[in-house]
Amino acid sequence: MANEKKKPALYLAEYDTPNAIARAAMRVRDAGYQKWDCHTPYAMHGMDEAMGLKPTRIGVISFIFGMLGVGTAVLMMQYTNAWTFNLLDIGWGYPLVVGGKPPGAFPSMVPIMFELGVLLCGFATLFGLLGIIKLPRHNHPIFESDRFEAASGDKFFISIEADDQKFDLERTKALLESTNPTYLELVEEEVQ
Amino acid sequence: MSYDAPIKEIGETYLLPEGTTANDVTETIAGVTENPAPRGWWLLFLASVSVLGIMGAALAYLFYQGVGVWGNNAPVYWAWDITNFVWWIGIGHAGTLISAILFLFRQKWRTSINRFAEAMTVFAVLCAGLFPAIHTGRPWFDYYLFPLPNQMDMWPNFKSPLMWDVFAVSTYLTISVIFWYVGLIPDFATLRDRSKNLTRKRVYGFFALGWRGAHRHWQHYERAYLIFAGISTPLVLSVHSVVSFDFATSVVPGWHTTIFPPYFVAGAVFSGFALVMTLMLICRSVFKLHGIVTIKHLDLMNKFMLGTALLVGYAYAMEFFIAWYSSNPYEQWVFLHNRLGWGMLDSKGNWGPLWWAYYAMVSCNVIVPQIFWFKRARTSVPIMLIASVLINIGMWFERFVIIVTSLYQDFLPSSWGMFHPTLIDVLTYLGTFGLFFTLFLLFVRWVPMIAIAEVKGTLPGAHPDIHALESRQEEPGTAAAPVPAE
Repeated sequence: MANEKKKPALYLAEYDTPNAIARAAMRVRDAGYQKWDCHTPYAMHGMDEAMGLKPTRIGVISFIFGMLGVGTAVLMMQYTNAWTFNLLDIGWGYPLVVGGKPPGAFPSMVPIMFELGVLLCGFATLFGLLGIIKLPRHNHPIFESDRFEAASGDKFFISIEADDQKFDLERTKALLESTNPTYLELVEEEVQ
Repeated sequence: MSYDAPIKEIGETYLLPEGTTANDVTETIAGVTENPAPRGWWLLFLASVSVLGIMGAALAYLFYQGVGVWGNNAPVYWAWDITNFVWWIGIGHAGTLISAILFLFRQKWRTSINRFAEAMTVFAVLCAGLFPAIHTGRPWFDYYLFPLPNQMDMWPNFKSPLMWDVFAVSTYLTISVIFWYVGLIPDFATLRDRSKNLTRKRVYGFFALGWRGAHRHWQHYERAYLIFAGISTPLVLSVHSVVSFDFATSVVPGWHTTIFPPYFVAGAVFSGFALVMTLMLICRSVFKLHGIVTIKHLDLMNKFMLGTALLVGYAYAMEFFIAWYSSNPYEQWVFLHNRLGWGMLDSKGNWGPLWWAYYAMVSCNVIVPQIFWFKRARTSVPIMLIASVLINIGMWFERFVIIVTSLYQDFLPSSWGMFHPTLIDVLTYLGTFGLFFTLFLLFVRWVPMIAIAEVKGTLPGAHPDIHALESRQEEPGTAAAPVPAE
């Protein structure tokens, strides 16, 4: 160990049942903490309310990029199969007359508009999700706790981070103790 | 209570046996990846890799000689290759149906089979995509299919359904992989946290992206999952519709019909469910998953197969009706002579030489599934295993019937011909099973084959009763000590 200096990173409280963590989450919410979280092995319904979270807005990203995909498809197909100019020297568009239809016939473009819309929407949802929840992140101090491994098994945890404005070694501990956790730990991280 | 609980009024009960705990679920599913592989797995794996080798050899010979090594020839230019393409991609449809459409309909029983079916989708679409790619004859020119700027200023013809197919299939593969991976993130975290050695911890940890089960993450994650389900549902319907356009937009009798898109989609779901069933029954007994994939799940899947079998049977009947109703002699010839085998216009009274394919198709796809009207058949593992294998054979014949029996005798008797498969045709088709099963066996061995996090969410009491808790919060005795003052 080159660097022995440590500072508190977060409090970790463990609970056994969904009702216990929901009840505790309401107490933490009512106490006015901001940088805290519940860790559960599966998506627990009702916790948005128990934690007082705002609804997610990820759908906006998906929608915008989905529409962008549709637009890209229209431009791509009109450019290559209907228009006659050379954009940025990528090659001339060339009007194709197939089956006596006009070169820019719209109905035959619908399938690819749909597919590209879905494709871009899918990518945007994936990367939007990772961006919003700030993953991948492998170095979170919560992983310092050995006990936390059960968070993906069958235990439920509440963590309150030391960055929170209301965080106080004594008072936060007292708050968490008042919620009857089965285990309580102060997780520390190394000072950089 | 909340909508998470089963609705007692309509006879719903919890899906998993009473007393199943979250820990049981983790142990059963994660255990498969942690315990040494059963000997059966190794035998199957070695067999699959060998068959994959056969595919490699068949493809090498194909590339060396050209597509002439197949039986395709005038007038049957599409034969086994496109049959296999449509068959494999149809199989892929069950995965998205189970994970997306049943998710939107809140069918909780999907949680025990969705991961499995999604993996099957990805591998089946890979096998499917191989066939059009090698059917081009010179697969090193396959990049022509994409609108890439090139020195010849040559662009694809976007009015061609074959182009739509390129976009539909590649989008489908990409979105299926993303959907599958997003669902896997929490389960990779479970495996990471259970890992005993550093390599496992690092590899699963890498794919888990540092997931820590935070509810602030779950909240966005669940919405993103819903969006994936929402876009995958029309996507899966579009993919097989576009595949059917490859046929329906042509003038070939037997292909030029408007019933094709829904008919193809129903058939795809039908065959996909059948393959999920076959593989699930095997994995369930090899890896002892009876507690998680219960008879109740299998019963529901059988009902689905019965339903789609009826849809497919209706489409078969409707094709005949339209052939009669349209008064089109070419259409009638294809259906009565090429398919049913009746020597309608044949002066010698000969049966059409490919009649047996049509009868195989109807027997396997329409007659066999009728057994699922009986509860005893729906809950009998041997019966559903045999039925699901027969259904997949029948669905292969369906595509063969549509493609080959429409092409070999169409308009001009002078250009009639016949199709005979070659050894390379057989080996290439067989070889894709090697590809599919190699990937599939690696999947069941190293990746949680059942969605751990989702199954846990269906256990009794998995979700807090928030409204009761909120109203009770002020009551004395629910909390041990008062909140400390600031």
